[in-house]
Amino acid sequence: MQANLKVKRHDPETMLPGDSSWDDFELDLHPQSTVLDALIHVREEVDPTLALRCACRASICGSCGMRVNGEAKLVCKTRLAEVVKDDEPVVIEPMGNQPVIKDLVVSLDPFFDKVRQVDPYLQPDAEPESGEFIASNDSMVGLLTAMNCIMCGACVSDCTVLEVDAKFIGPAALAKAWRFVEDPRDDVRSERLRELNDEDGGIWDCTRCFKCVEVCPKDVAPMQRIMELREAAIEEGNRNSPGFRHTNSFSKSVRKHGRLDETRLAVESAGLTNVPRLIDLAEIGLRSVMKGKLPPIRPHKAEGHEKIKALFDDSEGESGR
Amino acid sequence: MKFAFYPGCVARGAGPELFDSAVAVMDRLGIEWVEMKGAACTGAGVLQEKDQKLGDTLNVRTLAMAEEMGLPILTICSTCQGVLSQADYRVRRDAEYLKELNAKIADEGLSYSGNTTVKHLLWVLIEDVGIERLQQTFVKELAGINFAPFYGCYIVRPSDALMFDEHPDRQDSLETVIEAVGANVTDFPGKTACCGFPILFINQRNSLRMVSNHTGTARDIGADAMVTPCPLCHLNLDGYQPKARRQNRRDKADLPILHLPQLLGLAMGIESKQLGLGKHIVQTKDITRRIEAIPSAQ
Repeated sequence: MQANLKVKRHDPETMLPGDSSWDDFELDLHPQSTVLDALIHVREEVDPTLALRCACRASICGSCGMRVNGEAKLVCKTRLAEVVKDDEPVVIEPMGNQPVIKDLVVSLDPFFDKVRQVDPYLQPDAEPESGEFIASNDSMVGLLTAMNCIMCGACVSDCTVLEVDAKFIGPAALAKAWRFVEDPRDDVRSERLRELNDEDGGIWDCTRCFKCVEVCPKDVAPMQRIMELREAAIEEGNRNSPGFRHTNSFSKSVRKHGRLDETRLAVESAGLTNVPRLIDLAEIGLRSVMKGKLPPIRPHKAEGHEKIKALFDDSEGESGR
Repeated sequence: MKFAFYPGCVARGAGPELFDSAVAVMDRLGIEWVEMKGAACTGAGVLQEKDQKLGDTLNVRTLAMAEEMGLPILTICSTCQGVLSQADYRVRRDAEYLKELNAKIADEGLSYSGNTTVKHLLWVLIEDVGIERLQQTFVKELAGINFAPFYGCYIVRPSDALMFDEHPDRQDSLETVIEAVGANVTDFPGKTACCGFPILFINQRNSLRMVSNHTGTARDIGADAMVTPCPLCHLNLDGYQPKARRQNRRDKADLPILHLPQLLGLAMGIESKQLGLGKHIVQTKDITRRIEAIPSAQ
């Protein structure tokens, strides 16, 4: 099959960090070829200076993460036929949110720094009495989602928060943190959750945009793991964060009215003693009033909203909250 | 074409201009609708942080209400679309789970069996109205005007719950509609990214960096305005654009953000006042005047 590749190049010897150029390659390859086959073909037959990283070619090692048409993928798992659209070139770039070393190769140092930040090892209080720690199958089977992670960095590449804030711990490391929070052999669950809850760049900074869920080649669904960390952190009593106040206020509003009360959500998330934030909200509120679009002072309600409240009561009874 | 209309909390609260413009446009399109006044908020993914099952219960209840009405659901909010679709996707794949949730809404005489669909107006335009018929309702061609699309996360991800495999046209539906009004699409990488609204009250600095990046970049590459099917994106991209641009030292807030029905309404020749275009924080009068100056075909 015919395929045109448009490949982003960066040569550290002749370019400043952040600078790049584009090369086009016209190829004729077997229809079953992967994007990785195409890139190796370029390196071996057309331009031996093209730098790329790969090893297993079977989506196990996690080495060949790149952006294809704007989305992070393992190129060994991506067939050319899936990404060729009409006459348009297949655009191949290094992963995002990670420093480029050369061409399609990024440095994974920041990635592993973040993973180390969550203490990715078991911390039991004591040695086992004899032999090894035994964990039941039932207690481990749920962890398989996160244990499937091959550390390829695709989720980090496309994370919309890391794009604006390098301090965010990020989807891969948080999924890893979840795996240890939920491991029955670990004895520092509360400490882990408190740290992840309080930390600048912790669990409440995720925007829930689903990018990491969409691009993960191993169905780890890091964002879902972050949501589970939030739920666990709340259950552990971590209630003094804007994130908790936000979800709690939202929940109270829907419970009471069946609908969201935007004004109350804004005020309660800020915290009633956070004067600068409240002044800031007053400014936005005033601008809105002047445009005739302040949310109603009396919140809008769903008809028969007491039925919705009953579902909340039922759920609280069930979970013992 | 009749739908159970689920406008979402923002269209009924902080963004009344979305509700008004949607109703005006649906009338022109001959879409009949009955508002789901008893339906709950979807939870917007926020309630789900605390309790996903409760969120799913509320959404299964809404789906069951539509099923009882014998109508598909039409929404005008990307977030509502996504959260309802995700709940629907989960219960369609797990009969036991659906049974458990149905038991919770049985007191109201409700039960969901999978016989309804949830569709954003954006998809209805393409899949039910059809582009040809849509264009017959336009009296102006918005030639030469550049609109940057901004989808809102939950109408593009997760793609399996939104059934992109079955409906590949959904992936570039917003570009399709911008082209249908005769305007140019200003393509930019942020169009499917997060607007920052979900963390506005949690980490405002990051949220406003997103607003500034998206609106600033779209402007820099030539957009005259941005158009979005998501009222939550609108709240942030419009309402917080002045502060975001100040915080990030970019040009002053100058990119009008239109709700999808406002774009359609302008092409239909509906008055800007009826479309609520005066209710935006970033002024819309330049773009509105420019469009109103285009002579109507009828």
